[in-house]
Formats: sequence, structure tokens, C-alpha cells
Amino acid sequence: MIENYLLILIGTVLVNNIVLVKILGLCPFMGVSKKLEASIGMGAATTFVLTVGSGTSYLINQYLLGTDLFYLRTLSFIVVIAGVVQFTEMVVEKTSPVLYQVLGIYLPLITTNCAVLGIPLLNVQAKHNFVESLLFGFGGSVGFSLVLILFASMRERMEAADVPTPFRGASIAFVTAGLMSLAFMGFAGLIR
Amino acid sequence: MVTALLVMAGLALVLGAVLGYASIRFKVEGDPLVAKIDAILPQTQCGQCGFPGCRPYATAIANGEADINQCPPGGEPGMLALADLLGVEPKPLNAEHGKPKPKAVATIDEKLCIGCTLCLQACPVDAILGAAKHMHTVIASECTGCELCIAPCPVDCIHMRVIEEKVDNWKWRYPIFEIKQAA
Repeated sequence: MIENYLLILIGTVLVNNIVLVKILGLCPFMGVSKKLEASIGMGAATTFVLTVGSGTSYLINQYLLGTDLFYLRTLSFIVVIAGVVQFTEMVVEKTSPVLYQVLGIYLPLITTNCAVLGIPLLNVQAKHNFVESLLFGFGGSVGFSLVLILFASMRERMEAADVPTPFRGASIAFVTAGLMSLAFMGFAGLIR
Repeated sequence: MVTALLVMAGLALVLGAVLGYASIRFKVEGDPLVAKIDAILPQTQCGQCGFPGCRPYATAIANGEADINQCPPGGEPGMLALADLLGVEPKPLNAEHGKPKPKAVATIDEKLCIGCTLCLQACPVDAILGAAKHMHTVIASECTGCELCIAPCPVDCIHMRVIEEKVDNWKWRYPIFEIKQAA
């Protein structure tokens, strides 16, 4: 039981990392990784949205849609996620105006982060129960935050590095992201 | 078909109710008007208006506690912009708060400076550089020309130097119309 939950957590955070292995949620991964501070805030906001979003999506899929209305799945998930993001935006604006300024347009754009829709859909596909769905969502977003924060720290260091002119800016960022993805492939044998 | 419509409508209703409650519960108190007024003020922080800086003056204007004609550095164009923003009648600058002067920066006569740090404490924008018993100097690009450093100087070594108009800093004049005090 607990072993299973632990496996889900490690599996989503490291082995099947949402960004580097499943290649979902690249927009905020590239967009908000210029500053470490902003990436931590973005990671926290996405973690909250994804965990709440995957929990409510499970409930809606299980009790509201059932098997008859399965074709409403994507539509209703989007509606719920948009609602949760709006709610998060209000809370962040109230509690931390500085973070609200730093995240800027990327905060409402969590709605269009494909990882946030992808994880609830993957949950349905894998036939997870409620706790498993929550853990899958939480683990996925922790993996997202981890990679985002690591990548932001690397990009901050790269600002000072002597990068050849044609590679400056976005190019070296993409090269780095690719190398990170290769590194995360090393976790592939961790869980059978 | 009908169930699908009902399900989506119900979902939207519930979410709308939650968000509506959250927007009241997490309402942000902030006055956008103060920020707009503050943006028009020249940010010299000179205190000639009788308030400790530009932001307090902006707050006072927004609350109706101060008039729009108390800012000499902003001059006539600043007052007109404020009148335009607030939708009130423009009025001539109040002479009690000083007259508009040409833009100037403070300079320290470095031969006379004794390094007393009094002007450092007076400067509202931290444009004076120096340490105790060391010569001070003014960072010209930061100086707003507020003249607050002149009075505290014990050896009178600070003077205002008017910025002369040259080809590289000349700007088109704002259109200004004479306004006469109504009887």
C-alpha cells in the first residue's frame, strides 16, 4: 500500500519526470526559468494547482461523468483547471504582491500549461484511485518544480559564462535542457 | 445530450460561485489612483508641497486633502496633467510652495567639503556619495535638484548648477496655456 504510493511519488518525480521525460509543460519551463526566485514561486503555484486540479478532476470523472459522458472529460477538466488557476491567482495577489509581479503573465498561463491537463488525463488512463491521483498530481508537479529550479539555477550561472555568440540566449538554454533530459534518462532503470 | 448540458452548466455554476466568493474574500485593497498620480509627479522628493515626498502628496491628492497646484518642480505641465487625470479645473501654481525653476543639479565644491555627511542624510534620493571625513560628491544622473542638501551644509559648499540646454538634451516644449485666476 504505502510502498505503492512511494513508487508513484518517486516514479513521477524522477523516472517519468513530466518535463524531461514526458516533454510536457515546456512553456513555463523555458519562460520562467530566467530567475531562480520566480521559478520557485512558479513551482509552488503549479504544485498547488496541479494537486488540487488532479484531485477535483478525479472526483468529476468518477462521480459526475462516469462512463456515459466520457466525451466531456477534456472539456470539464479544462473548466476546472481554469477555475483553480483563477483562484490561485487571487490568493497569490492577496498574499504576495511581489510574487504576483514577478510571475506576471505566467501565472494565468498555468491554465495552458499542458502538464496541468496532461496529468489528470494520464490519471484517468492509468485508472488511479483518489489518493493515487492526488499523489500522481503532487509528484508530477514536484518533479516539474525540481527541474524548473535546477534549470533556473543553471541559467543564472550561464549568464556569467563565456558562451560563444551564436549560442547565446535561448539556444544554449535549449541545449542545456536537452542535456538535462539525457541526464534524467539515467533514472529509467530505478523502478521496474 | 441534456445530461451533458446539465453537467457542464452545473460545473460552471459551482465554479462561478466559488470564484465569486474568493474574489470578495481575497479582495486586494489598493488605490490605483494614487499610483497614477504618483506617476505624474516628478519624483524629486523635495517636500516643497508640504508632504514628506511625492507618494504621500499623491495619497493626499487622492484623498482630497491637498490641492493639485503645490508642486513647483512639476510646474505648469505637471499641474495640467493632474487636472486632466482627476477631471478638475486647472489652477495656477500656488506661490506659497515656491516657484518653478530651471532644472538644476547640486554640485559640491570638493575643496571646501569637510566630510560631515550632513548632506548625505538630507538627500531623499541617495544621490550623494561619501563617508565621514571623506570628500562627498553628487551623482549628477541621480540628483533631482530638490535643494534639500543646501541648507544643512555647514560650510556652504553645495551650489545648484543649472543644466544648460544643449543640442543633445533639448526637447520639444509641452504646450502651455496661460491660466488666469478667476475672480
